Amino acid sequence: MSVGADSKSLKNLLQGQSQLPASPLDRINQLRSNAVNRVNSLNLPTKHDEDWRFTDISPLTKISFQPVQEASPLKDSDVEQFYLTEAVTRLVFIDGIYAPNLSTQIAEPFEKSGVVVSSLAAASSENLAAIESHLGSQTELQDNIFAALNTSFLHEGALIIVPRNISVEMPIHLLFVATQKEVSSHPRCLLIAEPNSRVTVIEDYVTLGEETYITNTVAEFVLADSAHVNHVRIQRDSKEAFHIANCSVSLAQNSNYQSVSIAFGARISRYNLNVLLKGEGAECTADGLALISNRQLADTHACIDHIKPHCTSHQLHKCIIDDAAHAVFNGKIIVRPDAQLTNSTQSNRNLLLTSKARIDTKPQLEIFADDVKCAHGATIGQLDNEEIFYLKSRGLSEVTARDLLTYAFGAEVIERIPVASLKLQLEQVVHKQTQKD
Amino acid sequence: MIHQDSKTLLKIRGLCATVNNSEILKGIDLTIKSGEIHAIMGTNGSGKSTLAKVLAGHTSYEITGGTVDFEGKNLFDLAPEERARAGIFLGFQYPIEIPGVANNQFLRLAFNTAQVQKNKDELDPLEFDDLVREKMKLLEMNPDFLDRSVNENFSGGEKKRNEILQMSLLDPKIAILDETDSGLDIDALRIVSNGVNQLANKDNATILVTHYQRMLNYIVPDYVHVMESGRIVKTGGKQLALDLEKHGYDWVNIEKTAAAGA
Repeated sequence: MSVGADSKSLKNLLQGQSQLPASPLDRINQLRSNAVNRVNSLNLPTKHDEDWRFTDISPLTKISFQPVQEASPLKDSDVEQFYLTEAVTRLVFIDGIYAPNLSTQIAEPFEKSGVVVSSLAAASSENLAAIESHLGSQTELQDNIFAALNTSFLHEGALIIVPRNISVEMPIHLLFVATQKEVSSHPRCLLIAEPNSRVTVIEDYVTLGEETYITNTVAEFVLADSAHVNHVRIQRDSKEAFHIANCSVSLAQNSNYQSVSIAFGARISRYNLNVLLKGEGAECTADGLALISNRQLADTHACIDHIKPHCTSHQLHKCIIDDAAHAVFNGKIIVRPDAQLTNSTQSNRNLLLTSKARIDTKPQLEIFADDVKCAHGATIGQLDNEEIFYLKSRGLSEVTARDLLTYAFGAEVIERIPVASLKLQLEQVVHKQTQKD
Repeated sequence: MIHQDSKTLLKIRGLCATVNNSEILKGIDLTIKSGEIHAIMGTNGSGKSTLAKVLAGHTSYEITGGTVDFEGKNLFDLAPEERARAGIFLGFQYPIEIPGVANNQFLRLAFNTAQVQKNKDELDPLEFDDLVREKMKLLEMNPDFLDRSVNENFSGGEKKRNEILQMSLLDPKIAILDETDSGLDIDALRIVSNGVNQLANKDNATILVTHYQRMLNYIVPDYVHVMESGRIVKTGGKQLALDLEKHGYDWVNIEKTAAAGA
């Protein structure tokens, strides 16, 4: 790609940035202007970049996106189909704009004990120090053009702070609703889990139509000693949309990060998950499922970095690829010289439903310590004929048998979501999608 | 039990089948009537499991000759699922493990498919739960098996009990049990056999495909057929199985040779 074309597409993606109102938080204004400089100094990745070899994002440069001009006036009835019974606390964003009328406050006892669930722009002065030290602090995001773009537009976002020794039993639902075409939105989440705290966060991207738009998210999760965070990420954007996401997680001593990420939507999606096991005895699970069809492309890049000894990480990533869809998985496990007694497993399993479906998978291990237990692998296959015959021999039709087996393949990941109503909702989505007429 | 007014369920004539161009069945003739229990015995490789799979419609086998008439219909006109719905049940020698498919979900799906076929009402999960738990008692199965994935990490005996559980739910006209006794200890053999006996009645028929006589101590066959090299070489009553157990399969050959020589 020539320099001229590149700078044009970058300008395109920065459209509307200069009209953003100044933030009351100095830190945010400073991060923003630094990020604009970063964007201008970086290039949009092309297929010549190793990290983007299989994912051609040039289609998104052909459309002119800009931040939403007029917010869609939505009522509860428009979006309540996405609400989750367990999640009494909810932040709703419409095309990237915080919607207080659809959001619900955290229950009073939690608020009194210092739990914060709010829009970043509404953060109170006592949380400034925490925001200052953690927002935009994860270094691997610095050289990432999409993360920089997100920061350029940093204004409203989800802020969650769980103080020391506090357990928030009910999951917190972050609901991002897309409604308008050719809109760019840059959702941001910052989660600070203080020592020995516990919380479940659902990051949920949904759409009300089938428009073309771009969602470009950054999530930063900071887990202090012995904190426990469940993170569920659901990407069910429009099948015409672009979805780019960066999630950075840092884990201190004995902390525990459990995540399940599901991708159904978007024409092209890319999820970068970066987990740093920075303290001894930290544990992480990063499971994923991509269920795609037609000409969708779903790309997951995960990097799990074992820095300290006695940490464990487990990753199961599955893809169900129908029609001429294309999935990409790149899973890197790094075990640093200090990280003795690391226990790490990674498995990528892919189900190709047609001869045109495609998967590019690359599990990578980079081990610099000698006393470690690491296992990784990838499988690619079709539905098993013996399994199909077994089901048919019990009277199930060929189609039902195939649907059931496809569904079961994905259900293994969905089963791991710790929120019953969401699990049920997703099971129905998968069921519908795997059911052919 | 052999009845006077029994009707013919299955009529196999000159059945030949190949797998990967190698001929396994070389002209099988067999008639099964309602109320009857047939045992098909034979050495490994004699074709008895192939016969079971061909009747159920496994796609790896090619039918190269002969006819199979099932209640007046050409069996080969029916897809495997249509055969199952019409009342043919195959108990697998090696039941397939299906991770991610809950056993109760699978059982209910299969059961309701059969119900629709019989013009009966489908059962909702609660109604079905009551029914299946009742059936499980007969097989002394732990109800925990309902929540587990189909056959996944089941022991050999548990898998076979799960097969008979499916049979009891589907209530087939012809049950073909392929080496159901293999991998069973004495207790499991008794329980499974007891289940099969309870399901046998004057309107259905059972075909036991087995290498050993021991299951026939529990399920008493009306006919015993000995297969060898893709053919039925000898047919007799239950005594034949005992003779085989005593003398070995070679004895059939010696008898045949003697008969040919005489």
